[in-house]
Amino acid sequence: MQVTSQTFKSNASVALRDAALQRALKNLKAGFPGKRAAAIAKLPEFDQLRDAGRDLKNHVLEHLDFYLERFEAKVIEQGGQVHWARDAAEARQIVLDICRSVAARRVTKGKSMISEEIGLNEFLEAHGIQPVETDLGEYIIQLRHEHPSHIIAPAIHLNRDQVADAFHAHHGPYGFTERNENPRALMNEARQVLRQQFLSADVGITGANFCIAETGTTVIVTNEGNGDLTQILPRVHIALASIEKMVPTLEDVSTLTRLLTRSATGQEITVYTTFSSGPRRVEDLDGPEQFHVVLLDNGRSGMLGGEFQDMLRCIRCSACMNHCPVYGAIGGHAYGWVYPGPMGSVLTPQLVGIDAAGQLPNASTFCGRCEEVCPMRIPLPKMMRHWREREFERHLSPAAVRFGLGAWAFFAKRPRLYRIVAGVGAWLLRRLGSRKGRIERLPLAGGWTAWRDLPAPQGRTFQQQWAARQGARS
Amino acid sequence: MSATLSCPHKPRVGLFVTCLVDVFRPTVGFAAVKLLEDAGCTVEVPAAQTCCGQPAYNSGDRADARDLARQVIAAFEDFDYVVVPSGSCGGTIKRHYPHLFDGDPAWQTRAERLSAKTFELVSFLTDVLGVERVIARYPDTVTYHDSCSGLRELGIKSQPRRLLATVADLDLREMAESEVCCGFGGTFCVKYPELSNRMVSEKAAHIQTSEAGTLLAGDLGCLLNMAGKLQREGAAIKVRHIAEVLAGMTDIPAIGEPD
Amino acid sequence: MSDAREQILNTLRRGLQRGPVAGERRAELEARLAHPPRNVIPARALRPHFEQVDLFVQMARNAAATVDPVTHPADVPVAVSAFLDCEGLPAELVMAPDPELAALPWSEAPTLHIERRAAVDGDQTSVSLAFAGIAETGTLVLLSGPYSPTTLNFLPDTHIVVLRADRIVGAYEDAWDLLRARGLGMPRTVNFITGPSRSADIEQTVQMGAHGPLRLHVVLVGG
Ligand code: SF4
Repeated sequence: MQVTSQTFKSNASVALRDAALQRALKNLKAGFPGKRAAAIAKLPEFDQLRDAGRDLKNHVLEHLDFYLERFEAKVIEQGGQVHWARDAAEARQIVLDICRSVAARRVTKGKSMISEEIGLNEFLEAHGIQPVETDLGEYIIQLRHEHPSHIIAPAIHLNRDQVADAFHAHHGPYGFTERNENPRALMNEARQVLRQQFLSADVGITGANFCIAETGTTVIVTNEGNGDLTQILPRVHIALASIEKMVPTLEDVSTLTRLLTRSATGQEITVYTTFSSGPRRVEDLDGPEQFHVVLLDNGRSGMLGGEFQDMLRCIRCSACMNHCPVYGAIGGHAYGWVYPGPMGSVLTPQLVGIDAAGQLPNASTFCGRCEEVCPMRIPLPKMMRHWREREFERHLSPAAVRFGLGAWAFFAKRPRLYRIVAGVGAWLLRRLGSRKGRIERLPLAGGWTAWRDLPAPQGRTFQQQWAARQGARS
Repeated sequence: MSATLSCPHKPRVGLFVTCLVDVFRPTVGFAAVKLLEDAGCTVEVPAAQTCCGQPAYNSGDRADARDLARQVIAAFEDFDYVVVPSGSCGGTIKRHYPHLFDGDPAWQTRAERLSAKTFELVSFLTDVLGVERVIARYPDTVTYHDSCSGLRELGIKSQPRRLLATVADLDLREMAESEVCCGFGGTFCVKYPELSNRMVSEKAAHIQTSEAGTLLAGDLGCLLNMAGKLQREGAAIKVRHIAEVLAGMTDIPAIGEPD
Repeated sequence: MSDAREQILNTLRRGLQRGPVAGERRAELEARLAHPPRNVIPARALRPHFEQVDLFVQMARNAAATVDPVTHPADVPVAVSAFLDCEGLPAELVMAPDPELAALPWSEAPTLHIERRAAVDGDQTSVSLAFAGIAETGTLVLLSGPYSPTTLNFLPDTHIVVLRADRIVGAYEDAWDLLRARGLGMPRTVNFITGPSRSADIEQTVQMGAHGPLRLHVVLVGG
């Protein structure tokens, strides 16, 4: 997928003016935060679980090589195969080779952010294989040739009329000739159309929320059942996972799912949590004949031992973006790559480079809501600051910012001089705003006064007045 | 008036005024002094203070941030307490200074010592000094915005409300989403003005819907932002720092109002 | 390919500043895998068994499953038949070829037409036997195997699950203990199922019956 994070600022500008998007984003704010809060209120142990989850994931990261090897051994022991991919290109090729080995023409897909990360759909299409997204949200955006705007609600940027248009344009051949805007009817339409795809697919590709080292199991956490139909009907099941998805045991995964679903949709548990280990057993009556796990690195291994290691604890619950005022204002596409919101602002610079994604960690007020809700207690603002430090060190920050900051620091480090300059500044601003008590236009501060007034200072600085007061007292 | 004489039994407080209060709203500084003195403290204002360094720190400029932190540490480390009428600057000193000196144990120790005795003004009054009530009157309905750093870095939520409840004739009306950022964010508001504007517009809408006559908060940055927006929209809502109300220093014009 | 494997593992170890895990540390990790510690278990999952049964019922209903408690195993066929009647569904079932299900007196519901096999498209109603129920969230645990094809859980519009009350446990961790006690390792698929399929992908409004069953009905035996 093409990275457009470089133009974040103008992307955001466009998003703010997109009426349909703004309408759709209201659903996000009205839904996720309240549902999360209600679910957490019902589980008194939630904060304890957060600590346990954080510690657990830290333990995994400290021993990630060990758990990866154990996971691999267990998958193989049960007749499955594990493929290691250093980067997106390798991962795509692995999937293509598997598909070709069974002469696949159609693959069904459960929701997978790794698939987005490696640009799998475009690649398969280019090689004559038809990928069919089966998660309702993913299916909608596939019809519209879009990418997800949210990691668990990929079509959250759309309204029902847009879904109706997409279905109306594509479902005619399946006998749905009337345009319908009713969500229930739209879902039934998708259910019937996609059922045929499930039944005729040669390969099913899912993601993996977790990989369990103890048992060589991949886990998907879903509500629709599409992920299950994707993996039990075709002959081949491929699970795409990034290396940090490792979890030691079934007990450990239980701890994390308790955190994940409540933080994500506010459900106590999703409808389906599915644990897949190897291909079907000889005596089984259904299930895939082949089971492949693709383990993707794509820059993650380099995060271990560094200042971004904590980010590898992320379980992709989306709470950070659901509570982010910036995400809430512009949605996910403006971020310009696969992962939006606070977690994306930390991860994207790592995965696509700080030169391309440098704006993302800057586009935050550090309000801290993301860290407050993150079930894995990831210090997201701190890590965005680390990116800013790297940019500053590499002189990537805009010249005007550097200049302004430099000038300000020059005075701030010289208190005597600073007091004089502050006194002059306060006096000047006071004069500019004396009539109304505020300033409506200020050269060099257009970013401020384009949108709001600048309240005028009261007159003399505190330091000036304090000095006078102390003088009078003594 | 003998505040400048040191009384050994009284806590000696160094007031970190903050650069915004210094330039834009000295009244907040004087209100802080009054509240602290009323609560039995001796207050001093070191002249060698400028800014806590947060703009540099949040812009990735660690070197300048460290220099400024050293300046603040040197100027304030001899006090019993350091009090800041801002959750944001207070949070920088309390939560971030120690990390600034990772790999520099000598300064880190000094930063940690300073951190331990640094407090935001309102929470210092309630949590450290045990102040339960103030003598003040403010005949208006007010709504209170929870500034992000104070709320999330320092846990300031109930303290201002508890003290406001003791102000005579004051009627607190909570706005919706009082915990959501106003969009100020220091340099954010000039780096991403459109985004900042969207956030402050939503905040202004919630403030207006609360039908309060006065907006209060504990951070001047947020207050300047919200006041500027409300005034641009022509809303007749007064905006003040909470210290002014608690100290009863409300006979001067509100933020952004003419004399 | 093995290049990729080695390179990834090496980068990880470089970041962690050590070689492959060995010696005592390795023994500790092995021990942790062999005897998985429990982490935080919610208090509500630790109540006595009879309360767990109630909790299961309540949580399953909160997740939009329907629950029909019957006293004896022998009551199941009639209960299933009555459920189909009430819902206006045809008296046709695809049933998991499980001996325990087969042993029930289906002849007492003579109108039922039963086929014992995996599910295919077009099947309307399936019946499975749950391996366990988890009270914490009203969750059914189903294991794939010759007696319990996974397609039954997903293809039909209506999924009926027979659950013995004595198979209800408190927490997920208790279900894992049961699974390990079975001594057969992991089946190909373990399904945790909590309520009927749903989606909120259109305007964040929840609709039941996305791709899996529209109805999930639990016949609880001995509750
Ligand atoms: S960073 Fe935290 S809140 Fe955000 S998706 Fe990851 S786990 Fe969830």
